[in-house]
Amino acid sequence: MIQRFLKYLDQYRKYTVLAIFCIVAETMFELIIPLIMADIVDVGVASGNKAYILQKGVLMVFCALISLILGAGSAKFAAICGQGLGAEIRKAEYRKLQSFSFANTDHFSTSSLVTRLTSDVTTIQNSVSTGMRPAFRAPVMMLTSLIFSFMINWKLALVFLVAAPTLGFLLFEIVLHVRPLYGKMQTAIDLVNRIVRENLTAVRVVKSYVRGDYEIEKFTEVNDNLRTASEKAFRIAVLNMPAMQFVMYATILCILWLGGNLIFAGSMQVGELTGFLSYVLQVLNSLMMISNVFLMLTRSMASGKRILEVLDEKIEITEDKVRDLSVERGDITFDHVYFKYNPDAEEYVLSDISLKIKGGQTVGIIGGTGSAKSTLVQLIPRLYDISEGRLLIDGKPVDEYPLRHLRDAVAMVLQKNTLFSGTVRDNLRWGKEDATQEEIEEACRAACVDEFIDRLDHGYDTELGQGGVNVSGGQKQRLCIARALLKKPKVLILDDSTSAVDTATEAKIREGLLRSMPDATKIIIAQRITSVLHADQIVILQDGRINAVGTHESLLSSNPIYQEIYQSQQEGADL
Amino acid sequence: MAKYVGYKRPKDTKKTMKRLLSYLAGHKLSMLAVTVLVIISSMANIMGTYLLKPVINDYIVPRDVPGLLRMVLLMGLVYLAGALATYGYNQIMVRTSQRIVGEIRQDLFNHTQKLPLSYFDTNTHGELMSRFTNDVDTISEALNNSFTLLIQSFIVVTGTITMLIVLSFRLSLIVIAFLLLMLLFIRHNGKKSKKYFQDQQKYLGSVNSFIEEMVGGQKVEKVFNHEDQDFEEFCRRNELLRDASTKALTHSGMMVPVIVALSYFNYAVSACVGGLFTLAGLMDLGSLASYLVYVRQSAMPMNQFTQQVNFLLSALSGAERIFDMMDVTPEIDDGTVTLCPVMYGEDNTLTECREHTGSFAWKKPLEDGTCQLIPLKGDVRFSDVVFGYTPERKILNDISLYAKPGQKIAFVGSTGAGKTTIINLINRFYEIDSGLITYDGIDIREIKKDDLRRSLSMVIQDTHLFTGTIADNIRYGRLDATDEEVKNAAKLANADSFIRRLSQGYRTMLHSDGDNLSQGQRQLLAIARAAVSRPPVLILDEATSSIDTRTERLIEKGMDRLMQNRTVFVIAHRLSTVRNSKAIMVLEKGEIIERGDHDDLLTLKGRYYQLYTGQYELE
Repeated sequence: MIQRFLKYLDQYRKYTVLAIFCIVAETMFELIIPLIMADIVDVGVASGNKAYILQKGVLMVFCALISLILGAGSAKFAAICGQGLGAEIRKAEYRKLQSFSFANTDHFSTSSLVTRLTSDVTTIQNSVSTGMRPAFRAPVMMLTSLIFSFMINWKLALVFLVAAPTLGFLLFEIVLHVRPLYGKMQTAIDLVNRIVRENLTAVRVVKSYVRGDYEIEKFTEVNDNLRTASEKAFRIAVLNMPAMQFVMYATILCILWLGGNLIFAGSMQVGELTGFLSYVLQVLNSLMMISNVFLMLTRSMASGKRILEVLDEKIEITEDKVRDLSVERGDITFDHVYFKYNPDAEEYVLSDISLKIKGGQTVGIIGGTGSAKSTLVQLIPRLYDISEGRLLIDGKPVDEYPLRHLRDAVAMVLQKNTLFSGTVRDNLRWGKEDATQEEIEEACRAACVDEFIDRLDHGYDTELGQGGVNVSGGQKQRLCIARALLKKPKVLILDDSTSAVDTATEAKIREGLLRSMPDATKIIIAQRITSVLHADQIVILQDGRINAVGTHESLLSSNPIYQEIYQSQQEGADL
Repeated sequence: MAKYVGYKRPKDTKKTMKRLLSYLAGHKLSMLAVTVLVIISSMANIMGTYLLKPVINDYIVPRDVPGLLRMVLLMGLVYLAGALATYGYNQIMVRTSQRIVGEIRQDLFNHTQKLPLSYFDTNTHGELMSRFTNDVDTISEALNNSFTLLIQSFIVVTGTITMLIVLSFRLSLIVIAFLLLMLLFIRHNGKKSKKYFQDQQKYLGSVNSFIEEMVGGQKVEKVFNHEDQDFEEFCRRNELLRDASTKALTHSGMMVPVIVALSYFNYAVSACVGGLFTLAGLMDLGSLASYLVYVRQSAMPMNQFTQQVNFLLSALSGAERIFDMMDVTPEIDDGTVTLCPVMYGEDNTLTECREHTGSFAWKKPLEDGTCQLIPLKGDVRFSDVVFGYTPERKILNDISLYAKPGQKIAFVGSTGAGKTTIINLINRFYEIDSGLITYDGIDIREIKKDDLRRSLSMVIQDTHLFTGTIADNIRYGRLDATDEEVKNAAKLANADSFIRRLSQGYRTMLHSDGDNLSQGQRQLLAIARAAVSRPPVLILDEATSSIDTRTERLIEKGMDRLMQNRTVFVIAHRLSTVRNSKAIMVLEKGEIIERGDHDDLLTLKGRYYQLYTGQYELE
């Protein structure tokens, strides 16, 4: 796992090397400087040599300056590496996320994905930035101190052979237990995120039903859950400290006792014992640092696992059959198409759909609530892949078109459409990035956006807010249509996208569409018969099957469902 | 459509710190225990080190074996106490800090519930979410580690300084001067890096919000092949974040080596001056040696303290963002009139009661301390109401209308005419600029918001579902509704048949805003939700826009039953939905241009007539 993440450090290799160099060199200096200190007291002061003291003092200041530069360098380079690594991981995750199909997104849920791209990455990048120093410093310190202590008295140094494995074992136990708990903690964060997110999106529902207290109760539950989860994890993690102290103190005592006995036996000098003890403290201190690094690493591993889950998710919609094709006419053929969202589901959502649409035709789709109208059209730009049968555009299976091209050629105005925070113009430019003002205005005329654009505070530069909260439902729909028109597609799909627009405006939009894109295939899902009246063919869907296909006249004379719909709308004068 | 209510507080570190500490104050006992244990642990540590020398000099050198054993055992006890104290304070601290962090999150959420809608309109969701996770996290990190280390460092620093002063007052001045220098540096540099930490949290929020919004709008992104542009934007924000956090960590990371170097300078100066002192006979060699040991020791806690500084700084920036949000003015709610269940006596007098009777009354406190009960009927009146989301632009002008109990009032008009806005004023989602809205004769501003909203039931244009079962989502309308009532409501909304066809029926779990249901089905659920709540006033804002006309006809009877004896406000462009209304208001550019019932309006041959007959022209 670590190796996979190290890959993202590649372009920061230079800085990694520099950081490690600075850390190691700085540590060296830190080992040298005390020697100079000792010289000042032992030689300079003892011999009363003023010049020597000053000379060593200056040397020490000089060394300290170098170590300062190295230290500053190590801080900078470690920060560059850690934060760079984080940025690269986030980028990779985001790229992957964009290729997710909806089944993939559902698998994680939005709030969890957000955590995996932010909080989890933060854990990793910070443990690199702050962990690098102890990770490289401690082993150097430990090694030199170990060598020195062995040099002083190897018999006494054997105490380490007991102390180190004991500490290692304790540490191992802690890491082993804390690891799954960190995972649980991150999951608990997901849940908190979810409740917060739902409350933000559904704030109007919460407020109008006065469910503030109920939501607070729900939040309290996940919040307590997160608290308990993190408490459990951290409580084990901090065992590290007392365990460390325990071993450290025990080692000191053993050395005192054994060292004392060695001195009694005459095989060791008193001075050696004092020196030995200071190295022991060094060794144990570095062990402490190393154990901290391990704990950070454990936490990062828990986050890393969650990140890898995102990176390794199998993408459902692939491009492995792609050939170099492009949509020319916009003929669409459904040939015994079956579809279900979940391969394990028992029933198909769409069954045995066969339909031929010629390029440039207008097709209306009508059907009851839940009859899978939206599902049907979402198969065309491959938002979902069909389960069985064939779906052809210009006679070629849709999965042979490069996705990018396919979706460029097929514009779709979704039923649950989304506008993004940014200005009206920003949102329209989704259709065509470099659209000129004329093009924008033209599309807006066709979609009847021009009727209200002047009434917005700043015209095309009005901020829409997240989800377009700053415009009304009908205005939102018209903006979405204009956005699709700017794409100048070969196939235009309108999924109930004029439901909040009044009939007169709708008629105008329809005319605008015919005028601005006469050659495009137009597929219109609608509730109102007037919306599909003029279509070349009208498809009636019922429970995921095609009930009938025909023109307004033929259906009106022969199809009972169509007649019923027509009747219901005649009475209401809602055509 | 947003009025910005929040205000930016000047960033004041001391205030933030104080406020953060006030959370600690809530756990006085634990904090006291932690402090005591930290002191014990540090003392044990110092004592252990301090004892080493006498052990060697007094027992090992004179070869006193039982004495050595005794001392080793004594030290063992001291160490054991130290290790136990460390264990103790760590456990208590973790528990306390996670409680505090939990409290902060809870307070933040509770406050969020009180914020006005306009706040949510002007802030992206991901950005607000980031405060709950990323910002709170910074505080958690700091509390977990830094607090105890700070106490420890403080103890050790004071201890060593005392020792230094005892050993040589004059020389200690050098050390104190250097310590002050270090503190000054930390303060100065801290200020600078704090700015970068603030940026870091800000950009983290911006990355968070971008991801949240884009995952939510994934279908649109795919349909428009917008991946590359979005990736570019993501990279831009990602870069900003990287840049800010690199700077923050570079700056704060720089502190440790600087402090270390300063402590070396300190040592060098002390050693040289001390050496000169000794040569001049002002000090003996032994004292200088042990003095220099303490000088070296004084560097350790400073070093430790500095290492915690970056946790502290990022925690402060996180806390600032959290407190900023907590300081946003909540929705104005100074109404005193409340809603209470009532019983009708034999002579038709009202008395308040505890149990649920199905009848309600407004309880209006009078000046003499008694309360007046006004029966809840559902009489809503607007007089000369003016409103705009921003002061410059009025959306509604001089709206006057009345709805008598049980009447159905409809609003029609072109999109953006202000229909939804009117409705959002009745339940005080937004506050009117001038004019008056009364409910059963009471100014709605005098009614407590929760009670006002409880008396209204609303089905809004965008249906929002929550993670949970279908039944849970319907029950959202009235939490104590029985399964039977939930089912009946679903039947009334004609949702029962599709629900029963789902794999688990009413217990089917909905995820991510019910994405697996069609828009029409979601609307049916929203209607069922409103039906189960049975308030006297019902507001339907394009409640059936995604439902096909045949299904709509099927639910018509149910809807009629739902609307019976209720005051109903309807917005629909489907005129069939509004035709049988008592009064239809035709809105145009924020003004009522026509009003009357269906027949009146047709005779008028105005805008309504045009809308109604629009289809014939087309045919």
